[in-house]
Amino acid sequence: MSNSTRSVWGWLTTYVFARDHKIIGLQFLFSTMLWFLVGGMLAMAIRWQLAWPWQNMPIVGPMLFSGEGGQISPEFYTSLVTQHATVMIFFVIIPILTAAFGNYLIPLMIGAEDMAFPTLNMMSYWMMWPAFLLIGFSFFVPPYGAGAGWTSYPPLSVLVESSPGSGLAQTLWLGGVACVGVASMMGSVNYLTTIIQMRAPGMTFLRMPMTVWGLFITAILQAFALPVLTAGAVMQLTDRLLGTGFYLPELASANNSPAVSGGGQPLLWQHLFWFYSHPAVYIMILPAMGMVSDIIATFSRKPLFGYKPMVLATCTIAGLGFVVWGHHMYTSGMSPVLGITFAAATVAIAIPSAVKVFNWLGTMWGGKIQFSSPMLFAIGFVSMFIIGGLSGILMASTPVDVVIHDTYYIVAHFHYVLVGAATMGIFAGTYFWFPKMFGRQMSEFWGKAHFALTFIFINGTFFPMHLLGAGNMPRRYADPYHFELFADMLPLNRFITICALATMASQAIFMLNFLGSIFFGKRVGRNPWNSNTLEWSAPSPPGHGNYDFQPIVHRGPYEYGNPNHPRDFHPQTEPGPEDLTSPLQEVSHES
Amino acid sequence: MGRFWSLLFLSVPVLGTLCYLAGMLTRSGPLALWFPENVNSMANEVDQLHDLILALIGIVFVATGLVLFWFTWKYDASVNDQPVRFVHGSHKLEFWWTAIPAVILIGLAIYQLKVWSDVKIRRPMLAGLDGQMDTADDQPMPPQFEVVARQFEWRFRYAGEDQLLDTVDDILGDVNELHVPVGEIQVGSLKAADVLHSFFIPALRLKSDIVPGSQQIVWFRADKPGSYEIVCAELCGWGHYKMKGRLVVETKDEYQLYLQSLRAKQYQRDFSQPSVAQVYERDSGETGGSGPLGTNLSLAGGAQ
Repeated sequence: MSNSTRSVWGWLTTYVFARDHKIIGLQFLFSTMLWFLVGGMLAMAIRWQLAWPWQNMPIVGPMLFSGEGGQISPEFYTSLVTQHATVMIFFVIIPILTAAFGNYLIPLMIGAEDMAFPTLNMMSYWMMWPAFLLIGFSFFVPPYGAGAGWTSYPPLSVLVESSPGSGLAQTLWLGGVACVGVASMMGSVNYLTTIIQMRAPGMTFLRMPMTVWGLFITAILQAFALPVLTAGAVMQLTDRLLGTGFYLPELASANNSPAVSGGGQPLLWQHLFWFYSHPAVYIMILPAMGMVSDIIATFSRKPLFGYKPMVLATCTIAGLGFVVWGHHMYTSGMSPVLGITFAAATVAIAIPSAVKVFNWLGTMWGGKIQFSSPMLFAIGFVSMFIIGGLSGILMASTPVDVVIHDTYYIVAHFHYVLVGAATMGIFAGTYFWFPKMFGRQMSEFWGKAHFALTFIFINGTFFPMHLLGAGNMPRRYADPYHFELFADMLPLNRFITICALATMASQAIFMLNFLGSIFFGKRVGRNPWNSNTLEWSAPSPPGHGNYDFQPIVHRGPYEYGNPNHPRDFHPQTEPGPEDLTSPLQEVSHES
Repeated sequence: MGRFWSLLFLSVPVLGTLCYLAGMLTRSGPLALWFPENVNSMANEVDQLHDLILALIGIVFVATGLVLFWFTWKYDASVNDQPVRFVHGSHKLEFWWTAIPAVILIGLAIYQLKVWSDVKIRRPMLAGLDGQMDTADDQPMPPQFEVVARQFEWRFRYAGEDQLLDTVDDILGDVNELHVPVGEIQVGSLKAADVLHSFFIPALRLKSDIVPGSQQIVWFRADKPGSYEIVCAELCGWGHYKMKGRLVVETKDEYQLYLQSLRAKQYQRDFSQPSVAQVYERDSGETGGSGPLGTNLSLAGGAQ
């Protein structure tokens, strides 16, 4: 009896309330993938409404809202766009990059046994559950979720009478966002401490792989920007629940509600919100950029082109990322003079982004490119990031943004960055590190099939949206077609919806490949990709404590294809000459 | 397989360019998938700026796409028998591909300043007491009309004969219909009665969010008579999508006639129905603009 109690306890502490960074990373990975499915379904419902407005959604419609005969109501549509964005941003892209990959990879890639604060790490995962439950439960509060947009702009989000979704569902939503804020905060403190304090002997900052650099800079962004959103969300909660007036103007009222003495400013929320949520855009892209840099170097069998400029570009993007939040507010009613500053900072941020693209292309130049599934997704990342980055320049220009703001141009732009680039990076990372996580490899054939379909259909979904945006079709419209301006856009919207459904369907290949390979994938050794970075010298999967030897780092992470070396790769842990025929990468001889 | 992947990546710049060209060709056709015709002569530069930036990013899009294709084609491990080029970077290249985009982008940021200040910062002025423009006593042009946005409709008020809002001769406009004279500079004052809205007229290249508790000023000069749609571009609740208004640009005479008819209606209305609240309730009923929770009468906002 006591034996079985102990084993239950052991199982709980090993797999449920785990403190091992790898288990926590996998917990985040599985949770976020489940939410990915939810967020994808919500997107399909949005696309259904735009392609076949007010028609009964097949299969899922009657199950979800039998009262309305399976038809999407306008208030449910605003919930859909709110929940799709909330789930994808707060429950999928941010946690999968920073928490799933961050947790799993940081200690392994810097040669540490675990995170600096394992218990805090565990708590950061379990703080996500109140958020999952609060926001998950808000789906079931009529009209099935908060409806003020993921940006939750007051007064719509604060005046309960202003919208059916601004009642209890909105309160739950804000509580959920505050919990996500706390969870990410715990994570980011941990990643920072671990990277600063626990690097293996010889792992200087300038020998860290780009993945770790991406995660490191991201953790700084999170640590400094997230408290602002968390505090802002709590202030919005007190506006709703305690009658404070941070965001409500004097005599605010909606739908005949009694006027409240606010005395606050709706724009204050927008400033606080974007002060976090713009850096959040970089939180969602920098780790993916890091992973893609590592993957492109590995499969080009060539050193990363311009390692130091890449590090510098990452830092510059993060630094500028703090002073560009106002570009979401060019038309918000903020002083147009402020827009000038934000526009200058915003176009400036395109410079380090361009440097990154040129360096990725430079890495492939003169290499020997192996088209493995991680590499294909990494090239897909570059291809789509170019589109998302370039369209951003149109929006950075204040007068042009006035025209295209809040239209599908913006939707096309950020989906190219978040679905095109960040999600491609996530897939690349998953295919790449899967062997390390489970000791088995995902099927390459199905991985490539998954890539081909996803790449084609994502482009088919989001590229034509630029044209909708050029036609000025606004975002968050349940039915734009009763406007003469947008009446002709139905056929193109149908095409986009069909591509979106196909994108979603293609992910079934990934899910089956992922789940099947955990049990039936080809077994692989420590280093199936012949990669240099530290994690590939650990066992696959690594046991508790990660390394069965003390890793000592002898060189940078990108020594591929050195003609003076017998093999085309030279792992960081392998003793040997530290000489590098490098014009850019002077290695400091510490340790 | 490498060939297949290179060609797949090549299809992005090719199809992307075709997609944009197709959009531009529909500019005047029946399937309009491009910016509607710009009738605001004070915002011509916005379109020029857009075209300039689009040309710049279009060139970079095609060039980088072709380079990506060429590298994946040429350096495919299964066909490339050259040894790997073992380099870690190039100071010279890094310098140039930082400096050139920097010059172009910063140049763009400076170049667009004038356009921005014309459309959003430098409000049209009127000559002051000395009767001359560009002197120290110039006055900002007062708004000729006021917009009050509420869930989910647009209400308008005109300044009347004294050319000033908030005076006794103001004229209450029709719901969801704004009239302006053609070819004259118009200044509008925007207010919101309940939540955020955004006053968006695509044909004028004009967009401004309306924040409850504060006032926004917009200006334009519509040069072509006609009827153009007003769109709400900021999520304002469940009926956001149906918040449609109409801008009627007409000759000076037609405009004056319209104002007179409004004034006639207003005086008639004032004697028979003295309560402003009743007027609002009737209007809400007419346009179906009321929300599901009751009528939209609000205590806030400037329309009372």
